[in-house]
Amino acid sequence: MTAAETAAAATAGPVRAALVILLTVVGSFFLVVGTIGLLRFPNVYNRMHATSKATTLGAASIALAATVYYLPHGDGLMALVTVLFLFLTAPTGAHMISQAAQRMGVPFLDGVTWPKQVASGDADTADGTDADAANGDD
Amino acid sequence: MAEPAYLAWMDTVLFAGLALAAGLTLLVSYRVIRGPTVPDRVVALDTIGTNVVAIAALYAIWSQQGYFVGVSLVLAIIGFISTITVARYVTEGDIIE
Repeated sequence: MTAAETAAAATAGPVRAALVILLTVVGSFFLVVGTIGLLRFPNVYNRMHATSKATTLGAASIALAATVYYLPHGDGLMALVTVLFLFLTAPTGAHMISQAAQRMGVPFLDGVTWPKQVASGDADTADGTDADAANGDD
Repeated sequence: MAEPAYLAWMDTVLFAGLALAAGLTLLVSYRVIRGPTVPDRVVALDTIGTNVVAIAALYAIWSQQGYFVGVSLVLAIIGFISTITVARYVTEGDIIE
C-alpha cells in the first residue's frame, strides 16, 4: 500500500508541482489576510467580512492544491468536494452568526445603520412611516 | 534515490505553508480568548476550523497520504454544524425545539 502510494506520488511532474506550489502560496496569502482582518477589524461584522471571504478562499485554494496533486485518484475528487462544501457553507454560517449577533444587540459602528427599504412602489405600502420620513428628508 | 529539484521545492513550500497555517491558528486563538462578545468567539472558532481544514489538506499533500483529505472534508462538515448550532442556541435559546 505504501509502496504503491509512493510510486503514485513520484509521478508528479513539474507542471503539477508548479500548480501545487502556486495554489499553496495563494492560499497561504489569503489565510494571512483573513487572520489579520480577524485580529485588527473593530467589530464582529467587519471581522466576519474578513474571515468569511478571505479565509474561505485560502482554505479552498489549498484544497484545490490537494485536488491537483491527487486528481487521477479518488482523493482528488474528495478534495474537490471539500472546495464545494466550503463555498456553500461559509456564507451560510456567517449569515447565521451575523443574524444572531444583530438579535443579541451587538452594536454597529458609528454612523452605520441597517439598510433601509428602497422607497419603491411595493415597499411604500409595507412601512409607510419610514418611506414618508425618507421622502421628507429629500 | 535522487529527487528532482521541483519535488524538493514543493516539499519546502508545503512545509512552509503548514508552519504558517499552524502559526495563524495560534494567532486566531487570541480572538477566541479576548473576544469582547460571544459572536466574536464563534467567528474565531469558525476560522480555526477553516484553518485546520487547510492544515489537513496541506498535510495530505506533504506526507503523500491521501486519507487526510477525508479528514479535511469531515472537519469542514463538523465546523459548519457547530457554527449553525451555536448561532441557533444564541438566537433561539434552544437547539432543537
